[in-house]
Amino acid sequence: MSNDSQFRTALGRARGLGSAHHGVSAFIVERSTSVALVPLCLWAVYAAIKVAPLGYESAVLMLRQPVNAIMSLLLVGVSFLHMRVGLRVVIEDYVHTPAAKILALLANSTLCWLGWAIATFSILWVAFVGGPVH
Amino acid sequence: MAEATSTGKGVRSRPTSPHLQVWRWHVTMAASILTRATGIALYGGAVIAAVWFAALMVGPDAYGPVMILLGSWLGKVVMFGLTFSVFYHLAAGLRHLVWDAGSGFNPHTANMTAVGAMAFALVATIVVWALAIQTGAVR
Repeated sequence: MSNDSQFRTALGRARGLGSAHHGVSAFIVERSTSVALVPLCLWAVYAAIKVAPLGYESAVLMLRQPVNAIMSLLLVGVSFLHMRVGLRVVIEDYVHTPAAKILALLANSTLCWLGWAIATFSILWVAFVGGPVH
Repeated sequence: MAEATSTGKGVRSRPTSPHLQVWRWHVTMAASILTRATGIALYGGAVIAAVWFAALMVGPDAYGPVMILLGSWLGKVVMFGLTFSVFYHLAAGLRHLVWDAGSGFNPHTANMTAVGAMAFALVATIVVWALAIQTGAVR
């Protein structure tokens, strides 16, 4: 790598210890999503209190309102992105056996993408179709 | 860590970070552990949210039982914990953003913001639950 530090020894580089020089994107994703989650989480607490006492029909009507549907989509999308990067750091800190680490990282990604897809599809379904699946 | 150090012949043990067994207990350490713990709790919270959205799509037959479960004794304990987790992780996140900007590192400031984040989370959780009980969200 051309921008590799001049202070790294050839042996150190060959052993692959130290920075891989591509961790910055994960750092930026974690921070930028955390900023977005400040207003989104405050809205989520407010919306949860509003929706909790409602029955099924009223809850559907509430989610069908464009502002609520859009905020829900943003909340779910940004949350699962933040969670995927966040738990990845936890796994990399505590799981050191290569096989277990790879499995844990795959499970994390799978759960996050699956949760995101299920929640997003459900929100869009309720918003556009507006009722139970038949 | 043994796996990581025993792979290469002649490689000296890599330096390890200070960990639970060797660190004296102090408030910034508790704040750090609590940030991770609440983050992992919120992971569960996001799964609950996804189940809730899915139940709303599937219909009253799914939505009813989910709401009964969330309104049960156990459900209330979980939701109370998640409320605290949201507020604590939010405050801890803001603390980290200030650190990323390069300030707030002096020990006195770090101690104060750690206590501040915990106090904020506790007060915000109690206020939100008082509002939730008052508006009929929690019965």
